Amino acid sequence: MNVRKNKLVSLAALGLVGGLALSACGGGSDNGGTDGASDGGGAAGGYAELSGNLAGSGASSMQNAQTAWTESFMGLTQAEGGDLTVTYDPTGSGTGREQFLSGQVQFAGTDAALDEEELTKSAEVCNDSQAFDLPVYISPIAVVFNLEGVDSLNLTPEVIAGIFAGDITKWNDPAIAESNPDAELPDLDIVPVHRSDDSGTTENFTEYLSETAPDAWTHGPVETWPIDGGQSGDGTSGLISTVEGGNGTIGYADASQAGNLGTAAIQVGDEFVEYSADAAAKAVDVSPREEGREENDIVVELDRTTEEAGVYPIVLVSYLALCGSYADSAQGEAVKAYASYMISEEGQATAAEAAGSAPISEELRTEAQAAIDGITVG
Amino acid sequence: MSTADIEPDAASAPPASMKSGGRRFGDALFNALSVGSGLLIFVTLAAVAIFLTLESLPAIIASREFSGSADFSLIEYSLPLVFGTVLASAIALVIAIPISLGIALFISHFAPRRLASALGYMIDLLAAVPSVVYGLWGGVWLVPKLEPLYVFLNTYFGWIPLFAGEPTAPMRNLASASVVLAVMVLPIITAVSREVFLQTPRLQEEAALALGATRWETIRTVVLPFGRGGVVAASMLGLGRALGETMAVLMILAPGATFSLHILEVGRHNSIAANIASKQAEASGVDMSLLIFTGLVLFVLTFVINAIARWIVARSGPKS
Repeated sequence: MNVRKNKLVSLAALGLVGGLALSACGGGSDNGGTDGASDGGGAAGGYAELSGNLAGSGASSMQNAQTAWTESFMGLTQAEGGDLTVTYDPTGSGTGREQFLSGQVQFAGTDAALDEEELTKSAEVCNDSQAFDLPVYISPIAVVFNLEGVDSLNLTPEVIAGIFAGDITKWNDPAIAESNPDAELPDLDIVPVHRSDDSGTTENFTEYLSETAPDAWTHGPVETWPIDGGQSGDGTSGLISTVEGGNGTIGYADASQAGNLGTAAIQVGDEFVEYSADAAAKAVDVSPREEGREENDIVVELDRTTEEAGVYPIVLVSYLALCGSYADSAQGEAVKAYASYMISEEGQATAAEAAGSAPISEELRTEAQAAIDGITVG
Repeated sequence: MSTADIEPDAASAPPASMKSGGRRFGDALFNALSVGSGLLIFVTLAAVAIFLTLESLPAIIASREFSGSADFSLIEYSLPLVFGTVLASAIALVIAIPISLGIALFISHFAPRRLASALGYMIDLLAAVPSVVYGLWGGVWLVPKLEPLYVFLNTYFGWIPLFAGEPTAPMRNLASASVVLAVMVLPIITAVSREVFLQTPRLQEEAALALGATRWETIRTVVLPFGRGGVVAASMLGLGRALGETMAVLMILAPGATFSLHILEVGRHNSIAANIASKQAEASGVDMSLLIFTGLVLFVLTFVINAIARWIVARSGPKS
């Protein structure tokens, strides 16, 4: 029943997004146009001049966001008389980067930023310039559980790691009780639920565990769940329905899909932080940039062990890989306009509605916009 | 009306043109079309086989079996999947065949004609339900309903290896997947068996009845032996569907990779098709190639099983 209800809710949410996108086309088209012109910097005029085809491929994590982006962006351009088709093929991060570097697509979505070798190789397809990455999609990962009579839990990284590694097996384990003095914890087996498919969510979650609780989680950051057996579900929806189907189950999933399940507050420093869009975006802001990269290549080294107040450190960041220069000027302008739209306040709000992502901060937006403005065309 | 030129010819000597055959344009066209369609099957099959082989080559070459150093082994990776696939399909058949035979016999020999046709129609409808819907239905509705049965089997029949182990809720185990697979193969087996039973020579049945056989004895001595080949063929068709079924298994089963016989335990088994579906989205390079290799294994497996089925049908056919 719960699942059905969630489906209805998400359908309703989709409808809402559709409505928003439509109203954005109608009322905000002027706005969008001038934004595009001023933010886009080099963009010749507004969206009216944009035409042709733009193809992207890559991470399936940002598939929902990309679907919403492409739809509303094409709506915006059409409203101004432009004729541009943008597509995104969720082929997976690795394939997306391959296709980008072989020139099959003009942009890629990827859970892992381009590495040094790939950056060097990018000159071949990027008009002798170097490609760069922009964090455009931040998704908080919630620790969800289904435990009768308990709605919220405080969990330390060590406890989460212990549970998923199979070392803590009962809900009334003293380690859990210690941080939850008010909760009535039953003498019940804990059933950890993982993703059965290879997933960026699993990778980010295990990376968090291995950095914050290296003693309890010894499997390192992995894309494929490292422990044989146990409960699992295919995709986020499969995982959620498995957690819902049992009692005493616990799993990790995109926060937007948590639905009616309880979500755990995670220990950061001395306090326990519930996930929220702000707290997730803040995790990216407090994290240092990866060293040795060009100024326009914005790649964060997520600081999972941060002790800053109000930061939710279990997040997934997906990057947009773009060329520093596009030989085809129409294509270049289209890429700049589309990338600007993705990071714009409106674009981030669209993604938040459609995919439950956390909008990037103003600070990050300014830097990313500067990087996009730096793209040369022709 | 391009045939107009040929028409007079044909009209002048109709018997000759019919005897010699293939001379008329229509005949030639139809001949070419049907031969072409037949050949197309071979071409498609060959294309799939070539694709699977070529694409899985990188994994085969890089595997531990060939290069000796890779961190993955073809056999270690695919064998548990083959085991899971075959086990799930076998259990599905064990559940589905008796029920299908019951339904088929009811429709062909017991039910009043009007009820029989309505029932036949409903069974066919069952075949039209998409597997995603079966997956949803199985995962959301059926799994919780089966839980008490599994707990009962585990408690009282735990000494049978199949029901041993420690089942944990939700019961996204191989048994649940097999039950849904059984429902999915039911229509095929029923439809084919029903047709075969209806073919039983009326004279033989009446002879049995005349000799004093009851209706059940007639079925046992005449209908079932006559239809044996057909039932085997029907079961193999069903098995083919069960082996390749993807979505339903993917949505119900919490996978694992072991050779465990404990079908009530979660996270022990997986099927080849479901594994490919769940891994391919984020796979690239050798990982993708390895997945395609398991596809090749499934292809060969289905081929072998079909060959066995043909052999059984051919052997049991002439006897009846």
